[in-house]
Amino acid sequence: MTPPVAATTRPHDPHQLGRGHKHGEPHGHATGHGEGGPASKRISTAYGFWIFLLSDFIIFAGFFAAYAVLRDNSAGGPVIRDIVDPARVAWQTALLLLSSFVAGLGSLAAARKKLWLTEAALLVTGLLGAGFLLLEVTEFAQLVREGAGPDRSAFLSSFFALVGCHGLHVSVGLLWLGTMMAQIWAKGFRADIQRRLLCFNLFWHALDIIWVAIFTMVYLMGTLA
Amino acid sequence: MSEHTGHHERDEATDDRDIAPGDEAEQDSLGAGVTGYVVGLVLAGGLTAASFLVLRSSIIWPPAIPAALIALAIAQMGVHLVFFLHITTGPDNTNNVLALAFGVLVVGLVLLGSMWIMAHLSHQAMPMGEAMQHFR
Repeated sequence: MTPPVAATTRPHDPHQLGRGHKHGEPHGHATGHGEGGPASKRISTAYGFWIFLLSDFIIFAGFFAAYAVLRDNSAGGPVIRDIVDPARVAWQTALLLLSSFVAGLGSLAAARKKLWLTEAALLVTGLLGAGFLLLEVTEFAQLVREGAGPDRSAFLSSFFALVGCHGLHVSVGLLWLGTMMAQIWAKGFRADIQRRLLCFNLFWHALDIIWVAIFTMVYLMGTLA
Repeated sequence: MSEHTGHHERDEATDDRDIAPGDEAEQDSLGAGVTGYVVGLVLAGGLTAASFLVLRSSIIWPPAIPAALIALAIAQMGVHLVFFLHITTGPDNTNNVLALAFGVLVVGLVLLGSMWIMAHLSHQAMPMGEAMQHFR
């Protein structure tokens, strides 16, 4: 005798913890707030990653607060106005924004399981991100060469910590991006690979949001000070 | 209705009540998806250009420029959230927006709280020379 199974495509929920029935069906025992069965794995995975990104924003808030507090403590060394190169910041901003845009187009290609389009979009996303990173490394190297490294003053410590933390995130994102290209190539558009790609895209777009705050608060406001 | 289209990952992406952050509610047409990203790119690019132009032109009263830059930055973050991360105010996004609201609250507390208390401290602090004489 087979036990009666609910006529849904969702997995059976023996403890009725979740939202054990769909709309239009009679209410079961689980008549709490969330009806309709447990959320899909795609939703809970991306939601968890969204919580992580928000906690990452809070980490950045700490670095931003340190920078805001220490900005004027230049110990007789260079101030922010001396080290800003507006043209480079404009290029960095353009590269990262375009990178985010192409990543979005890649997510559309991935949803339609277009292998070559997805790989190409990821490659362009990565190249634009690498271009951004190259400009940042150039800036840091130049500053250190001029004796304006993170050990020069409290202002420069907080500057390198904040901008460097963002650059570190971009570097990790590039590693992740390469891994995703390999995984899509080797494993195809499985549901778990699609979830990873969704999380990667969230991560990459979030980095651009942080960069908006950095180029406004550090670089553009720095040219005013 | 979308449950039995034979398109498996669409089923996973669509739920009666919720949507994953980063997913769009309607992603059936490729054109609509591309249009969304293009609109986001144009708006974000325009706001970025406006930020850089505000510094160079004299259309804004100089003491108001920081406020203008902050307003432009917040607007651009909103554009990114809506057009790139697809965080909307729709009923299927309630959880995502609530989490975001809490994140913004904590970010605001950390940032504004630090600046407030440190400005207050440095206002209260004695200059170093005076302090040395005081403790001598």
